[in-house]
Amino acid sequence: MSHFVPQLINLFATLILLLSFAMLAQRRIVSLINLFMIQGAALAAASFLLGYVTGHPDLYVSGGLTLLLKVVLIPWMLHRMIRKLNVRWDVEMLLNIPTTMLVGIALVIFAFSLALPISRLSDAVAGGALGIALACVMLSFMMMITRSKAVPQVIGFLSMENGLLFAATTVTNGMPMIVEFGIALDVLVGVLILGVFMFQIREKFDSLDIRHLESLKDD
Amino acid sequence: MSALYLVLGVPLLGGLVLALVGHQPRARDINVVFSLLTFLAACVMTVEVIDGGPQFVWAKQFYIDPLNVFLVTLTAFVGLTTAIFSRPYMRIEQDHGKMTPPRMRLYHSMYQLFSFTMLLGFTTNNLGIIWVAMEAATLTTVLLVSVYRTPASLEAAWKYFILCGVGIAQALFGTILVYMAADKVLGAEDATLLWSSLSDIKGQLDPTIMSLAFVFLLIGYGTKIGLVPLHSWLPDAHAEGPTPVSAVLSGLLLNVAMYAVLRCKVLTDGALGTQMAGQLMMGFGLLSVVVAAFFISRQKDVKRMFSYSSIEHMGLITFAFGMGGPVANFAGLLHMTVHSLVKSAIFFTVGHATQKAGTQVMSEIRGLIKVNPTVGWGLMLGVMAILGMPPFGVFASEFLILTTAMREQPWATPFLFLALGVAFASMLIRVLPMVFGEETKLKPLAHPPALIPVFVHLALGLVLGLYIPAYLNGWYVAAASMLGG
Repeated sequence: MSHFVPQLINLFATLILLLSFAMLAQRRIVSLINLFMIQGAALAAASFLLGYVTGHPDLYVSGGLTLLLKVVLIPWMLHRMIRKLNVRWDVEMLLNIPTTMLVGIALVIFAFSLALPISRLSDAVAGGALGIALACVMLSFMMMITRSKAVPQVIGFLSMENGLLFAATTVTNGMPMIVEFGIALDVLVGVLILGVFMFQIREKFDSLDIRHLESLKDD
Repeated sequence: MSALYLVLGVPLLGGLVLALVGHQPRARDINVVFSLLTFLAACVMTVEVIDGGPQFVWAKQFYIDPLNVFLVTLTAFVGLTTAIFSRPYMRIEQDHGKMTPPRMRLYHSMYQLFSFTMLLGFTTNNLGIIWVAMEAATLTTVLLVSVYRTPASLEAAWKYFILCGVGIAQALFGTILVYMAADKVLGAEDATLLWSSLSDIKGQLDPTIMSLAFVFLLIGYGTKIGLVPLHSWLPDAHAEGPTPVSAVLSGLLLNVAMYAVLRCKVLTDGALGTQMAGQLMMGFGLLSVVVAAFFISRQKDVKRMFSYSSIEHMGLITFAFGMGGPVANFAGLLHMTVHSLVKSAIFFTVGHATQKAGTQVMSEIRGLIKVNPTVGWGLMLGVMAILGMPPFGVFASEFLILTTAMREQPWATPFLFLALGVAFASMLIRVLPMVFGEETKLKPLAHPPALIPVFVHLALGLVLGLYIPAYLNGWYVAAASMLGG
């Protein structure tokens, strides 16, 4: 069993990274939310597996929290939101998907080289996953830059949170419980506020295109 | 029982109470009462710490030492004066139709919760909770910035949320790395994010991990400090929200982020034994000072101009702490204090000036001194103070920072002088006609403004420039030596 565990963790890590790439190139908003949900599920599975192996009860709680928040609650809220905003079948024009992908690969290489000296030091079961977690954070970052619609930007933000949680889970067996709960609360409240915002933005600008939000400039 | 429970409990309770009754006219007074109680509790806590030394509360989750206790008192004090200022100000906004009762309820409730998150960030001993408090402070202020629901304020709030969310995510990654470093020293069972425990073992923390962690922490919290090039959200958020919110954002929230960076710097310095953290901070700080000074000269909107001035001063403070050593740290702490006091006083006067003019465009605001001499003089004195004219406190701290820079980092002094000179000239050239201009289109205010806070702040800024009381001095010295560097 113990022989398989690092490989299994790496499998989940790869899955999370692949999903980040898929989100980078996904043009349909509905599919984007589904990809985000699968990423949350992979993250929760990794937490449970690590909890089982290391015997940390905290990791079960953390995994359960991820499952509840990232797989059930937030995707449900997002689905409801896009239905009400009537952007469910929106397709976003993405220019240059191949270029985006190439830049994404460069980011992954950069993240790995940044994390390499630290991954070597880590004695946790899945220390090697740090590079992947950092790569996910950077890919989500890039997704937020390249997208011009509000909902994909929010999903990029949440996916970045996934990458960070994955880093915390694999490298240090989870953050202290009180911090995990605090982070979860912040994320949940954040999504609620962003949801309200989207309705207000739509009301004032007649669109959810963030490119309209460019009136505030110096001079 | 420690007074800390009251310091945190009162604003939290205030947020809940005002969420229920915040729309009523008397909510403005309730807001002041809660802020006053918070301030009194902070004073009691200060006395406790002065008498009994640093204290731990609630299983070491909270830690009060000379560094944060004075920031807590400062935050509670400016929170109180801003609540007093906000009473007539928001009443006038309501008369102008910019605020409705539901919005007033949101505003009052979030004002108290925002105070709570800042005080939590200052007092917690847990680096993870500092992060949670910073993110929560972002969430509450996002709602405060967007409270007018105008397209511009929504745009500012959205940018604020997204940019600070991304920025602060970097800080979370940094925090995870710190936890990993602690995990390697203490083992998985005893690993901790408690700052006091980490500080005890900072010499053993892995330097490779800590140096990478500090880069992420500085970028993350630096976004909230408004360090160039991560500052682009700041002028929008400070200019589009209600003026009391601009005052607390500029005067207080930036300090919380600065404080988080300082705590992390102490750990990093201990682990590395090199100047890496300080050099990074000096670089970012200097860049912020210079870039912000030139942006000040290009502004047309009065609140934007003073937001850039906040970036400039936070850059100067970052630079001072980057240099390190007892004098520069002392100057940095003093500058944090006087900047909070003077900048919020300026925003108070600017708020009423823009209400009289009905616009934030500086060329439309003329002759304040004729229509309302107190507002005019308040603005003029505030601007003189923030530009570092003697005998105000900003002069004392800037003098200390500049002389230390000349001695220790001579390469930086020409940039600092250039930036301060540009800021001085461009700000004065815009403010003089606003105050002394001839023809005036300003209208009188419907309700008398509360201008006592302005002059209390300026008087304190003046006192700190002339004479620092012995106990305050001891406090600064203790905090400065704790920061080391």
